[in-house]
Amino acid sequence: MIETVIKAEGLTRIFNKNLVAVDHINFDVKDSEIFGFLGPNGAGKTTTINMLITILKPTEGKASVLGYDIVKQANDVRKVIGVVPQEYTADEDLTGYENIVLCADLYGIPREISKKRALELLELVELTGFKDKKVETYSGGMRRRLELACGLVNRPKVLFLDEPTLGLDVQTRTATWDYIRRLKDEYGMTLFMTTHYLEEADALCDRIAIIDHGKIVATGSPSELKGSLGGDIITISIRENADVSGIIQAVEHVKEVKNENGAYRIKAESGEITAPLVIEALRKKGYTVTKLSLTEPTLNEVYLEYTGRAMRDTEESKEAFRAQRITLRRARSG
Amino acid sequence: MSKSNEFHPSLTQGLRALTLRELKKWLKDPVMLLMFVLQPLIWMGLLGKAMNINAMFSSNNLGNMEIPNVQIPGSMLNPPVNGVLVIPGKLIAQQLQQMFSDIGARVMQNTFGVVDYFSYMSIGMVSMIVMTTTMFSGMSIVWDRRLGFLDKVISTPVSRAAIIFAKVLNATLRAMFQATIILALAYTLGLQLSPDFTLFNILGVYAAIFLLGVGLSSVFLAFSIRSTRMERPMQFISLITMPLMFASNTFFPISLMPSWIQAIARVNPLTYLTDALRQLTIMPLDVSAVVVDFIYLGIFATILATIGILLSWRYLTK
Repeated sequence: MIETVIKAEGLTRIFNKNLVAVDHINFDVKDSEIFGFLGPNGAGKTTTINMLITILKPTEGKASVLGYDIVKQANDVRKVIGVVPQEYTADEDLTGYENIVLCADLYGIPREISKKRALELLELVELTGFKDKKVETYSGGMRRRLELACGLVNRPKVLFLDEPTLGLDVQTRTATWDYIRRLKDEYGMTLFMTTHYLEEADALCDRIAIIDHGKIVATGSPSELKGSLGGDIITISIRENADVSGIIQAVEHVKEVKNENGAYRIKAESGEITAPLVIEALRKKGYTVTKLSLTEPTLNEVYLEYTGRAMRDTEESKEAFRAQRITLRRARSG
Repeated sequence: MSKSNEFHPSLTQGLRALTLRELKKWLKDPVMLLMFVLQPLIWMGLLGKAMNINAMFSSNNLGNMEIPNVQIPGSMLNPPVNGVLVIPGKLIAQQLQQMFSDIGARVMQNTFGVVDYFSYMSIGMVSMIVMTTTMFSGMSIVWDRRLGFLDKVISTPVSRAAIIFAKVLNATLRAMFQATIILALAYTLGLQLSPDFTLFNILGVYAAIFLLGVGLSSVFLAFSIRSTRMERPMQFISLITMPLMFASNTFFPISLMPSWIQAIARVNPLTYLTDALRQLTIMPLDVSAVVVDFIYLGIFATILATIGILLSWRYLTK
């Protein structure tokens, strides 16, 4: 039986009595999975994560982490979770090492243990060589890794990551994904993360919830979500000038055929199996296929399907914008 | 599921960690430290030396008096004599200067309680610096919120009290540190300690500063805890500092102020701090007055710290 690590029931947060940031959401996160909250800025991702990590109280509904209620047993929740916030929160005037020990102190970890752990974690995120350098000299990627290390100092069972690669360049982002995967395996944690990068959700997450305007519009694994679109898209052109829609439609697995000026757009469940069958069926009737392409749907199409708009930055709160700007500025420095 | 070590965060560990963090930041910045030393030095130079109140009552102020000789006809004297009595002007000038000098010292003594204004003002400066330094408690919590540090801290199981106490303690410790610098500077620049002064009095000085520091920084903390912008605490500070500073005995005795300002000054905690500090350093020690000062400061610190900490606690989590 799979244990539920995080459970949210009707979780809601309303700001200033009328701004509904999170609107009665329900979800379960299972043991040892990476669960991703995907949505544009201002969709309610950070608000949700802030409620789960007990720094924001829900207006309505409830949620639990490892069975502890996030309001009534907030302090028990805090002990078993690790948090990697969106902002770079490490103290710039302190060294990387000092920052980790400071975090450990906040968890009540005795110094003799925390000193050892700090060195281990610095090794893990490859910052050993910079441990006695002030954080202000760190690059964006290094700061992110330091945040990861700080979030792990109490050996959490659940790690919360809010936009873990915000503001990082593509290369650093991919490297950070590797760290996250490695840390997860090393510590056997459950991960809850938010992101507005589709490729990040696709690459990292076992399951995804797409959140839009404070509501969860779809949940599932990346492949399930893509599958829910009705499968892959096969595009075919034939030499002959004839309408073969009927023939294609009759092929097994084909769901939908559209003739777009002589090119046929076919929706099929498993494109790689269906495509040969389509070619075969056409050849039997004497038609010659001149062009074929097979596209697997991306999360982008999934997102488009469920929210009715492409993934892009929507207007966001001043607060979020400010926080993001600070993070971006620091990410770029160094 | 991974094995996790259960630790129990203690108030003292969290408090120590959070307080040391800020003190470290502060001490690691030599430019900041230099400015912290320079600021009171400049103030003391300007207020204590430039506003030379002592000189107003000095006989030098009379300048080179050209007093003509005074001639008194003998017939006006009692008993009358023949001829004219001549009193040299120089002699009169000498007498006047001597008298005025005496009066000046007495005026200073009666007004300020000490003969030199510099000593009086230096102690006022200590109070002022204590007040301005404690304001950093409010500023730094806003800064921590802006940087996301505060959110991270409250997502850990560290005691909420430790978060708040650390801010108060940090501001108070800074104030005590600053006060030490000013007192040392003032002493080298000519502060005159009273004959009653003993090293034991220093403890009293720190105790008084501690009480006011705790009270004031709690107020500033409570006022700023919810805001995410610097403007709010800054506005509050500029609103409150001038009245606190001038409606008190910090730079001038309250007995000479209009009665309505006196009324404010008598509830102003700065008045009690300054009085306690002066009694303990430059004035003859009046034990009963110092006891009153400490009781007032103690009550002030207890009430405001309680209110401040309760409010901060309430608003730490939004």
